[in-house]
Amino acid sequence: MSRYALYLGCTVPVRGINYELAVRQVAPRLDIELVDVDGFACCGFPARPLDWKAGLLMGAHNLALAEAQGLDILTLCSACTGTLTEAALRLKEDAQLRQWASNELGRDYRGTVRVRHVARMLYEEVGVERLRSLVTVDLSALGLAPHYGCHYLKPSHLYDGFDDPENPQSLDRLIEATGARVVHYEDESQCCGGGILGFDEETALLVTRQKLDHVVAAQADAMVLICPFCAIMYEANQRRVESLYGTSYRLPVLYYPQVLGLAMGLSADQVGLKLNRVKSRKLAELFQGA
Amino acid sequence: MEEEEIIDVSTFEPGFRDEIAAEPGGEYIRRCYSCGTCTAGCPVGGVTAKYNPRRIVHMALLGMREQVLTSDFVWLCSVCYTCYERCPQDVRIPELMNAVRNIAVREGHVPQTFRVQLEQLREHGRLYEIGNYDNERRAEYGLPPIREEAEAVRRILERRGWKEEQE
Repeated sequence: MSRYALYLGCTVPVRGINYELAVRQVAPRLDIELVDVDGFACCGFPARPLDWKAGLLMGAHNLALAEAQGLDILTLCSACTGTLTEAALRLKEDAQLRQWASNELGRDYRGTVRVRHVARMLYEEVGVERLRSLVTVDLSALGLAPHYGCHYLKPSHLYDGFDDPENPQSLDRLIEATGARVVHYEDESQCCGGGILGFDEETALLVTRQKLDHVVAAQADAMVLICPFCAIMYEANQRRVESLYGTSYRLPVLYYPQVLGLAMGLSADQVGLKLNRVKSRKLAELFQGA
Repeated sequence: MEEEEIIDVSTFEPGFRDEIAAEPGGEYIRRCYSCGTCTAGCPVGGVTAKYNPRRIVHMALLGMREQVLTSDFVWLCSVCYTCYERCPQDVRIPELMNAVRNIAVREGHVPQTFRVQLEQLREHGRLYEIGNYDNERRAEYGLPPIREEAEAVRRILERRGWKEEQE
């Protein structure tokens, strides 16, 4: 049994509770205990472009809270993963900076916390063999297009080279473990555009549109992703892209832990499937309540 | 050529590259030999001519301080790190863009969207408010309530000089 502090970040608990539901349902079945830590705040990602030290201190605040409970952090959002991992490494390696941060926060941080994205944890710690052994529902009819996003893999020096940023495998293997088929498409490593949504919506959605075009062209039944902001771009903004560019996708977007949960026999309700906005007949036929 | 496109080299500030190199994240700007690998693989540059990382780095190296700091384009980097992984000179462009943004911000150039985000962080400690409505909705799904930690974040922002009246 391993234990993690569950770090939800800003987006998941408001706009991605289907992701959160699926993770909370799946984890105990894999002997992962998730602990809710009071006082977690934003990871610091939005402050970093303005003032890197403010961003670092926000990261340190969260790391220090987890450390006080003797826990490593499990993240669901890839931007949180990048920001907190970078803060953790910087503070671990630079004793002076760590001392400064502790003084600023009025809270001691010793630099011991490790940060893990839930997909990496499933891939490395639980392992695809164990996941495969827990599958009870046949998903072989489903073709799923993996979207890795950016901060789950890059910058790669933060992530000990656990996967190749140019040709990543982990999400492919995780999808295969559920029995579903991996659907490949053009430009798989393309960014969702979310990083500039607030600054220039039109440009951001042009980036989003490219991947929707490519995934639909490859005839995937759904896109599978592991970051709530990527979901905002591909799912919440899908209608908007359709109306801006006169296209029609109707492409369901699923979080990987939802797919895993469904393969393990959890119900559509248990993994929050009715909160996924884009419906399809195929998903509805496979999963009652989808 | 239009008058405004003509560059007057007498306005260049050659020390700008050193200023960037002294900023965390900007250390490796002098390594750039303008090969364009960054621009070739850039997802934003792929959809709009408004953003061209090679051009921005080159402008910065030339000392076009005012143009770089006041333009929109440094804010168009989506920080996807594609160029970071591919750059043969390890210039670390997304970090460089954040370094330039940090300098621009100290000179008062804060895009509106970031002002809004700062306000959210100060008020709620997070980008999206979690009020009673949200916690009731979470409870309906069997999810635990979340307490906003605005105080710690506000204290960090204020210690870093982000006081309300200064924006």
